[in-house]
Amino acid sequence: MTPFNRAALTLGLSFLYAPIVVLIVYSFNDSRLVTVWGGFSTRWYGVLFADAPLLASALVSLEVATLSAAIAAALGTLAALALDRHGRFSGRGAFTGLLYAPMVMPEVITGLSLLLLFVGLDVERGVSTIVIAHATFGTGFVAVVVGARLKGLDRSLEDAAADLGAGPLRVFCSVTLPLIAPALAAGFLLAFTLSLDDLVIASFVSGPGATTLPMRLYSQVRLGVNPEINAASTLLIAAVSLVVLGASWLSARRGVGAAV
Amino acid sequence: MDPPGMRRVGSPLGRWLVRAPPLLWLGLFFLVPFVITLKISFSLPATAQPPYRPVLDWSDGIAGWRAFFEGLELTNYAMLAADSLYWKATLSSLAYAAGATAILVLIGTPMALAMARASVRIQPLLVALVVVPFWTSFLIRVYAWIAILKPEGLLNAALLKLGVVAQPLTILDTPLAVMIGLTYAYLPFVVLPLYAVMSRLDTTLPEAAADLGASRARIFRTVTLPLAMPGLVAGALLCFIPMVGEFIIPDLLGGSETLMLGRMLWIEFFSNRDWPIASAVAVLLLILIVVPVVLFRGAEERREEALR
Amino acid sequence: MPAPAPDHPEPLLRLDRVTKSFGAHRAVDAVSLDLAPGEFLCLLGPSGCGKSTLLRLLAGFETPDAGTIRLGGEDLTGLPPHRRPVNMMFQSYALFPHMSVAQNLAYGLQGLGHSRSAIAERVQGLLRLVKLEGFGARRPDKLSGGQRQRVALARALAREPQLLLLDEPLGALDRALREETQGELRALQRRLGTGFVVVTHDPEEAMALADRIGVMDRGRLVQVGPARDLYERPASRFVAGLLGDVNLIAGFLESAVGAMRSVRTELGPIRAVASEALSGAELGDPVVVAVRPERMRFGAGDNALAGTLVDAAYLGDRMRRQVRMADGTVLRASASLPEEAAGPAVGDSISPGFAPEDGWILPA
Repeated sequence: MTPFNRAALTLGLSFLYAPIVVLIVYSFNDSRLVTVWGGFSTRWYGVLFADAPLLASALVSLEVATLSAAIAAALGTLAALALDRHGRFSGRGAFTGLLYAPMVMPEVITGLSLLLLFVGLDVERGVSTIVIAHATFGTGFVAVVVGARLKGLDRSLEDAAADLGAGPLRVFCSVTLPLIAPALAAGFLLAFTLSLDDLVIASFVSGPGATTLPMRLYSQVRLGVNPEINAASTLLIAAVSLVVLGASWLSARRGVGAAV
Repeated sequence: MDPPGMRRVGSPLGRWLVRAPPLLWLGLFFLVPFVITLKISFSLPATAQPPYRPVLDWSDGIAGWRAFFEGLELTNYAMLAADSLYWKATLSSLAYAAGATAILVLIGTPMALAMARASVRIQPLLVALVVVPFWTSFLIRVYAWIAILKPEGLLNAALLKLGVVAQPLTILDTPLAVMIGLTYAYLPFVVLPLYAVMSRLDTTLPEAAADLGASRARIFRTVTLPLAMPGLVAGALLCFIPMVGEFIIPDLLGGSETLMLGRMLWIEFFSNRDWPIASAVAVLLLILIVVPVVLFRGAEERREEALR
Repeated sequence: MPAPAPDHPEPLLRLDRVTKSFGAHRAVDAVSLDLAPGEFLCLLGPSGCGKSTLLRLLAGFETPDAGTIRLGGEDLTGLPPHRRPVNMMFQSYALFPHMSVAQNLAYGLQGLGHSRSAIAERVQGLLRLVKLEGFGARRPDKLSGGQRQRVALARALAREPQLLLLDEPLGALDRALREETQGELRALQRRLGTGFVVVTHDPEEAMALADRIGVMDRGRLVQVGPARDLYERPASRFVAGLLGDVNLIAGFLESAVGAMRSVRTELGPIRAVASEALSGAELGDPVVVAVRPERMRFGAGDNALAGTLVDAAYLGDRMRRQVRMADGTVLRASASLPEEAAGPAVGDSISPGFAPEDGWILPA
């Protein structure tokens, strides 16, 4: 690495982490003001855990994320299998576009158009509609992660299983699935995190009684900086870091591709 | 030894069973909603539930469809075209996205290059360091900047203490804050694909160029950059598209003066409850982002053809 | 392929004009072939000749566009891989990395209605067969290359197939281990009496292993026979060159004296044996005379030609010499060591030649 490389990396990573560090540090600030250090305190964590509506919305978010990531994992794996195994089937281009477009589509468009569908179909809005919305954009992410693993998979392993008398279903369950499991787990986690993170789409498609954590946080953030939000953010960042570091440690140890 | 062309696996029925669930799901929950949005963008607002006319009555069959199409109006698009606010919002959305993409490429390329040149042992750690913010809540990362940028925030406190400025700077609720937010939030999206390309570059190629007498700058310009171009374009597009329709960043950091289409759509929908106009804005936004994607796909296909 | 005589035993495997195309590319082109029970056949050819595709057709991973594949009189053509009494050992071994050696070996035995203990017993037997007792609990990535090769072989034998297909079975082993394993593979095949079809690109390996070798070129099976026939009596220049080094001297067919024919060449007239491929040839047709380097002799005698020694290399077990002829062509001669007399020196004029029965005339 040249000094220029080193400087670029140092500055870039500082830029990425400075705001996060500020959040974490000030979550332990006794003072309510940002610029005033009122001494170390964990009182905002106490306030956080006494905030019943916030905790309730966190539970809603967890429920939505688990369900939508599970659906996305199933659909994304099927889509990745189709793209990897079906050769140049007719409509392949459209299929690929349909799969990947939700990943980059501005959330306001996805959110609005899904809401219009739900209104048009007269579906009652709530947790289930958020789950559907999140599964829709999570599918593409799972397909990318699982697809990369499938591409790297030695196809003769599946041929060998078939050669040894296994029918298509047994080949899939006993060979393909265990071998793509790490990627499937990574894809599930990605879909889970994206669901947990989403504010815009959820705001469009949710109904009364279904307030997710980002929706709750947003309504408070709009009112300005709030140490309780800092505390909540710190906990979220800690959870994410643990998962990412755990995943990269696991993948390094088992030599299975990167987590993302 | 492998036969040329891609191998197909399974029976036609089996293949269909694999393909159908994602296809039907995405068709119903991604494609159909767009068609509906398109239709409603031609409707008129109404004080009813749902708040627009005409409403497509699914039970009326063909007659319902005819009545629906006869009731279609171009009013919303005429309104958008006549209102200078939307012209400004369109242009400033594009300008913000293009400007931030350019800055991202300028910051992201040296970072990705440095990561790719780091020793193999610490590369996974560096990737994890870039990935952690990528996985951390977008909302929280944008929110963090409020505390830094606001007039009585950390940046101003530091500048005042150092004597760089006499009066606190107004950064929050300005275009500068939006640019900082866009750059910050999307940096991992640029660095990761670029790193993926650069770490796979054959390291003997720059060495060969150096051996042939090329300077560092010339090696980068003539070898590294052209080879990294596909990753660069993909990464740039991956940022540009969602940034054009970005809502959270202009909303939290840009103040009420910032005009971006994503935020306009949100306001039309949630504050003004004008669903048809919101739909028309969505259609406009979609057109804005489809153009670069189509151009990129075309370029990709030509490149693949050339390689074949 | 002529119909078998009634008293002929039914072949284990019969391919009849099997054809497979990928797009415009004919990977396997009207291949017909019989394999006797217990026979060891090698498919030999350069990469891309269709030998691997032919193996995949036998295993059922590909379906032929035309033609039939019969095993023990039963038509296999439309059967999927998991319903065929045929097993395959893969070039990459394809050992399941998430299963132990024993689980790999048991994989093909499950779902056949065997009891758990019967399977365990059979797995032990297979481990003994390939001398890997005690390795059952290991993961494949904790084995050496040679051990992995043996696990792959044992796994393919677990279901006692009537026919075993082996795709470059020794390709990943180093040279010393390969020669040792060739012997073991042959001994095992003789003991089990299973029909083996091995795909290889290595002519030496094919000759060391097989009862018969089938040479493939651009999708076609161009010659089938024992190694000696293919080496000494190749049907074409391609087969002659594939099985080992060969000198090819171009010329025109002149006169016919019995089986011996005379060829007019730039180097002078040459007498040699005509191949069957020339049965319809006329006088004056362009031909080549093929001579193996180890059949070349120096000094006066039959087919004595004139040239200059340009290179002599000591290769331990033999001397390899290169002789430049008057027209510029270079002939190679190899003589096994030790030689009785000191050979000629580089630059000397010498007279390479060969006995007429060692020359083999092929179509040009």
